[in-house]
Amino acid sequence: MADKSTDPNEKQGMSRRTFLKNSGLVAGGVVGGSLFGGLITNQIKKQPEVEELSDAKISGGLQEARIFINRAEDFAILSAATERIFPADDLGPGAIELGVPYFIDKQLAGEWGNNAKEYMKGPFITNIQAAGAHNESGEQDKQGPNSATQVPVPTPRYQTIMNRGELFIVGLRKIDEVAQEKYDTRFVDLSPEEQDDVLRMFEEDEVEMKSVGASNFFYLLLSTTLEGVYADPVYGGNKNMMGWKMKEYPGPRMSYLDVIEEEDFIVMEPESLRQYQGH
Amino acid sequence: MAVKLPKVDVVVVGTGWAGGVVSAELSKAGYKVVALERGKNVTRSDYIGVKDELRYTNRYEMMQDLSSETITSRSNIDEVALPVRTRKEFMAGTDLGGGSVHWAGATYRWRAYDFEIRSKTIERYGKNKIPDDMSIQDWGITYEEMEPYYDRWEKTAGISGEPDPLGDPRSDDYPNPPMKASPAINLFMETTKKMGYHPYRVAAGNLSQTYVNPDGEQLNQCMFCSFCTQYGCDFGAKSDPLVTVLPTAEKTGNFEARTGAYVRRVLHKDGKATGVLYVDTMTGEEFEQPADVVVLAAFTLTNNRLLLLSKIGQPYDPKTRTGVIGRNFNAQFNNTFLGARGYFKDKKFNYYMGAGALGATLSDFAGDNFDHTDLDFINGGGIEIRQYGDGAIATNHVPDGTPSWGKEFKENSIRYANRSLVVWYTMATMSYWHNYLSLDPTYTDSLNDPLLRVTYKYGKQDKPMAEFGIEKSREIMEAMGADIVDVDEAPDEFDHVYDGMHYAGGVIIGADPATSAVNTYLQMWDMDNLFVVGASAFPQFAGHHPTATVGAVAYRAAEGIENYLKNGGQLVQVKNESNIKSIS
Repeated sequence: MADKSTDPNEKQGMSRRTFLKNSGLVAGGVVGGSLFGGLITNQIKKQPEVEELSDAKISGGLQEARIFINRAEDFAILSAATERIFPADDLGPGAIELGVPYFIDKQLAGEWGNNAKEYMKGPFITNIQAAGAHNESGEQDKQGPNSATQVPVPTPRYQTIMNRGELFIVGLRKIDEVAQEKYDTRFVDLSPEEQDDVLRMFEEDEVEMKSVGASNFFYLLLSTTLEGVYADPVYGGNKNMMGWKMKEYPGPRMSYLDVIEEEDFIVMEPESLRQYQGH
Repeated sequence: MAVKLPKVDVVVVGTGWAGGVVSAELSKAGYKVVALERGKNVTRSDYIGVKDELRYTNRYEMMQDLSSETITSRSNIDEVALPVRTRKEFMAGTDLGGGSVHWAGATYRWRAYDFEIRSKTIERYGKNKIPDDMSIQDWGITYEEMEPYYDRWEKTAGISGEPDPLGDPRSDDYPNPPMKASPAINLFMETTKKMGYHPYRVAAGNLSQTYVNPDGEQLNQCMFCSFCTQYGCDFGAKSDPLVTVLPTAEKTGNFEARTGAYVRRVLHKDGKATGVLYVDTMTGEEFEQPADVVVLAAFTLTNNRLLLLSKIGQPYDPKTRTGVIGRNFNAQFNNTFLGARGYFKDKKFNYYMGAGALGATLSDFAGDNFDHTDLDFINGGGIEIRQYGDGAIATNHVPDGTPSWGKEFKENSIRYANRSLVVWYTMATMSYWHNYLSLDPTYTDSLNDPLLRVTYKYGKQDKPMAEFGIEKSREIMEAMGADIVDVDEAPDEFDHVYDGMHYAGGVIIGADPATSAVNTYLQMWDMDNLFVVGASAFPQFAGHHPTATVGAVAYRAAEGIENYLKNGGQLVQVKNESNIKSIS
């Protein structure tokens, strides 16, 4: 299949695919999922309102709604912040269009947001200023060197009593607080450059947060945003695999045995976990 | 009260390579073996069709659940240790097959030098070459004696590779030829050959062809699908216990693997182990499993913790530098695997394809293959290139000076997604008197047993060695034609991140009970019917990946256990040639 990811007219097609997938899930719930192909056209005809919804740029259809972050204001801050971390540009969509804010909301609602598999027994360090910032990003380059992230830290890093879900809520509200203190304006109403300034204050630990270093929150926001851009679409981000298309990443594949020796770069139309498992 | 179960010949704690090899060998020999695994029961079908980077690489699906147990960590012996709370900071494999299921497959024999490091260093450079604070020691067994066990494990695992041109003598080739090479691997091979080095292909636990091992187990050909390190294999094409030693043990009818069995103590009476106490994690019930021989073959940290909790052997005391349990903890942390990343402006690589151990390496700067007379360190490491097959989340490499977020980051991370290669130094780490394992005085697990506490900091030679390797890596990367070459900075301090799974020592092997916990059959000096098997036996960390050596010591231990079951007693004569310096 040809790579159409650079075609600006592709948007409509992508939305349609999202819709088809959602319809498939609805159909599966009703009839057991074995008649996937045959039912789709009927679903399209019967539910035009869903198609309209999916045409809106920020929609992922019926799967995009807040399930963890209660306040719409908090979600708006999250959306604006992720968009500054991964902005829309000529290369392709930014965090919002990729569904990253919903991806993060879903992550926070689950096991990871609840720190279910982390050690959360006390005693906890209560004086974070004395302990210094922790949980600095070691994430950026796991498979190799990047001296910028090799920051020596004298103690184990994640030491706050808050789980990630709590940390996000506290952090998002702190972003707004700092915006209002510095610019007398809500974060979402700042110019992109001003938003960057506020985020940089968190990155550089110029903001004091309770129980956790501001940079800890910022790196968590940063790494989760990138996960939302590039994780399999099943989690709600990387909408229509647009993150993968930008990076020419093909998604999960059965085999590269026949092409591993190829000298030339091979671009493949990406496939998702849904397609891989659906063989 | 714990429910007492019928006695078996051998109870094995852990089901990775160490526990798996021991279980297979003893059940084949006709002994009744029960293996206890704290994690879930898994089979190959657990790993079919689940190629999900977020779940496995970023959320650590195959790693130990830390909510019930983790470790604590500190740098100095007078500090308060803090718990390592997240799986991002502490990874240890769990579930049937242990860490040996998610490993990459990079297979190296350790060098003759590694087994006799103290003697050979003194012989070549004199006594003063080894700093006073360094507690490295000989294994009490030589490479020549270990060679047959390496050979056996390589054949069981179906390793695909070619001999190291600068390696020690081998009795046989690897059972399978090297994997196919990608253009990036060829570029490294050709470039380093031209530079006068001796490159060769990384020996791989990813199969270059379909293979049946000596136990009759079939391993399939690797597909280069890239979901390898931190994943179970979709195809039964990775050398792991799930497709080799565990089915071999099961076929005998003498073996039972019990999952969800969290071992709390080794039970003992009058200097002999009587069995183990464990909790069924599904019901909370406690069981006692009696056995003639107890084998601790769990992860390094668990082996140490169980001995300390069970009060077996004398715990190491850094103040007096006496005692053995917990002594010489050693590992590869953030000072290793550093090197140079090259960015290519006009060349793209299919780096989304790959396999855990698809790679090339050279040993010109490993072990004592180069003259250390004018260097301020001993030992060395391999220089490696690997093509794991990079996931989309992981591939965010950007040239130095690029911000870590925003427009410019996005541009560069996408631009260079398939245009960067890395060469690194897999350097050795030596043991020091101040690095050890003990029980934490404050933090406990879900059953209120103390957590294991790690005390670790770098020695004086760690940084110069890392810098040496980084410089060699830079030279190679430049010769490979990269347009931008960024080098790592060697850290001054340990970052308390345990994400490489290369943690060793604490129950170390040796010839002298004053400085070692187990003899060369991995039998406890203090308890004849207790064997402690795995990387916990390594007195220091060599400059190469550890798994083949874990497999080799497991075959050695299996031979010893069988010997003990037949004849009883200590298998090795005590030699009193203590090489540890007294603090006085």
